[in-house]
Amino acid sequence: MAVGPRVLEATGFPGPGRFARIRQWWEQEHVFGYGLILPALVLLVSLVAFPFGMAIYFSLSDYWVGSPGGFVGLANYREILANEVFRQTVQNSFVFTGIALTLKTVLGVWLAVLLARDLRFKRLIRGAVLLPFVIPTALSTLGWQWMFDSLYSVVNWTAIHVGLIRPPGPNWLGQSTYAMAAVITVNVWRGLPFFAITTLAGLVAIPREFYEAAEVDGASSWGRFWHVTLPLLKPVLAVVILFSTIFTFGDFNIVYVLTRGGPVNTTHLFATLAYQIGLNGGNLGQGAAISLFMLPLLGAVVFFQLRYIRKE
Amino acid sequence: MASATGRRARIGHSVRSYANLVPYVFFALFPFYFMLVTSFKPNAELYNLKSIPFWIQTGVITDHYRFLFARTEFLVWIKNTLIVSVVATAVSVGLSILAGYSLARLHFRGAGTFGTAVFITYLVPPTLLFLPLSQVVVWLGISDSILALIVIYPTFLVPFCTWLLMGYFRTIPREVEECALVDGATRMQTLRKIVLPMAVPGIICALLFSFTLCWNEFIYALTFISQSAHKTAVVGVTADLIRGDIYYWGSLMAGAVLASVPIVVCYVLFLDYYVSGLTAGAVKG
Repeated sequence: MAVGPRVLEATGFPGPGRFARIRQWWEQEHVFGYGLILPALVLLVSLVAFPFGMAIYFSLSDYWVGSPGGFVGLANYREILANEVFRQTVQNSFVFTGIALTLKTVLGVWLAVLLARDLRFKRLIRGAVLLPFVIPTALSTLGWQWMFDSLYSVVNWTAIHVGLIRPPGPNWLGQSTYAMAAVITVNVWRGLPFFAITTLAGLVAIPREFYEAAEVDGASSWGRFWHVTLPLLKPVLAVVILFSTIFTFGDFNIVYVLTRGGPVNTTHLFATLAYQIGLNGGNLGQGAAISLFMLPLLGAVVFFQLRYIRKE
Repeated sequence: MASATGRRARIGHSVRSYANLVPYVFFALFPFYFMLVTSFKPNAELYNLKSIPFWIQTGVITDHYRFLFARTEFLVWIKNTLIVSVVATAVSVGLSILAGYSLARLHFRGAGTFGTAVFITYLVPPTLLFLPLSQVVVWLGISDSILALIVIYPTFLVPFCTWLLMGYFRTIPREVEECALVDGATRMQTLRKIVLPMAVPGIICALLFSFTLCWNEFIYALTFISQSAHKTAVVGVTADLIRGDIYYWGSLMAGAVLASVPIVVCYVLFLDYYVSGLTAGAVKG
C-alpha cells in the first residue's frame, strides 16, 4: 500500500510537498484574487454593510441612545411624514440641490472652457480655483459665516458702499430666504472646482478635428460650443452631475456650521435634521428613518438622470 | 497685414479670457484672503463699523494666534489629527492596493460584482451611516477616542482608493506581469516588485487624497468625540473656539488658517496629483 500525502499529514510528518502544495494552492489566480480582496471586504461588510442594516433596524424600532427599544414597524416613518419640520426639510433639500447643481453646472462648464484655453499662468489659475475644494470645508465655512455676520458682514459693507443696498442690509443667516441663498453660495463655491476640473478633463479629450470641421463650416464660437463641445461633453457631464447630486443632497458640513438648519428649520437638510433628532435629541430610531428617507428620493433622482442620459 | 489682424484678434481673445477668469479667481480666493486678514486684525478695528474691512489699518497683531496656543488645546488637536490621518491613510492605502490589484487584474468569479459593490459603497454618503456607527464605536469600547476615527475612516477611504488604484493598475501592460510569472516569480513577488513600482504615481495620489480626506473629515469626528483633548483640528476649531454664543472671530479665523496649513502645503507641492486624482476618481469607469 502506497503511503499517500494525506497519511503523511495525519501522522504529523511535514511532507516535503506540503509547503509546496500550499504555495501551489495560493498561486491559483482565483485563490490569490479572493485572498487580496478579503481584508477590504471584511472591513466593508462589518463597518459599512452591517451598520447600514443597523440603520434600517433602528428606523423600524423605538431605539433611543442608551435604551435599545423594541420593534415598532413603520411608526417612525409615519411620524416623520406627519412632521412639519421634516416636510420643510424635504422641500429645502430639493431647493438646495436643484439651485446649487444648476449653478455649479453652468458656471463649472464655462470655467472649464476658459481653463482649456492656452493662456499664461494656466497652472497658477487652475491651482487657485481648485483651492476651495481642498481646504477643510468646515473651516472655510467658518470664514463664510464671518463674511455673512449679522453686523459686520463684509458682503453688506461692500454692497452698501457701492450703493447697491441701503444700510443695514439683509441679515444673511437670520432670514430664511437669505440663509438659503448663503448656504447655496458656499456649496457652489466649494463644489465648482470639482465640476470645472473634471469637465476640463473631458474637454481636452475632444479631438481638434471636430472644431476644425466646424470652423470650415463657418460655425461661430458659440455655435461650436453648442453643437460640438456640449454634445461631446455629455458623458463626462452626466457622471459629474450624478456624483454631485448625491453629495449635494447628503451635505452636512456647510449647513451645520453656517446655520444649524435655522432660521426656523428653513435650511435643514436630511443630514442636519437626522443629526439634531438622532444625536442631540437621542432619538436614534427617528434619526435613522430621516437619513434613510434620502435613499428613495436620491434613487428617483438618479434614475431619471440615468434615463435621460440613455435617451440622449 | 492679415497676420497683424490675426495677432490682434488673438490678443483680444486672451484679454477676454482673462477678464472672464478674474471673477472666478476672486470668488475662489477672497474668503481665504479675508480669513487671513481677520486673523491678524486687532479686535478694536475688527468690531468697528467705520473701519474698512478689507485690510488692516491699526497694525498687524499676532494675539489671536497666541491665544490659540496659550488658552486652547490647539496643538493637541493638531497632534490628534496627524496621528489619525497618517495611520488611517497607511492602513487604507495598503488594503486598497491589494483589493484594487485583485479587482483590476485577476480573473475570478464575482470580481465584477465586488467592483460594483466597492463603487456603491464609495457613493454612500456618511450621512447615512453616522448614527449606527456612533453605536458601533460604543460597542467596540472605543467611543470618545481617536482610535474610533482610525477604525472608521477606512470605511470611506478604502472604496475611494480602491476605485482610484484600479484605474492605475489597468494602465500597466499585462505582458510585464506575465513575463515575471513565466520566469518563476510568485504572484506576490510580481505584485511587489513589478506592478507596485509602476503604479507609484497612483499610490502617491491615493495617499494624498486619503490624507486630505482624513484631515478634513467633519461629521464622524464631531459625532464620536466629545472630550476636547481627543478632538481633531477641524472639530476643535469649529466647536471649542465658540464659547456659549460668543464668537471670537479673530482666534476662530486664526485657528481655521493654521489648521488648513498642512493641507495647503501638500496641495502646493503636489498640485498635479490632486488634479489627476480628482479626474480619475470621478470619471474613470
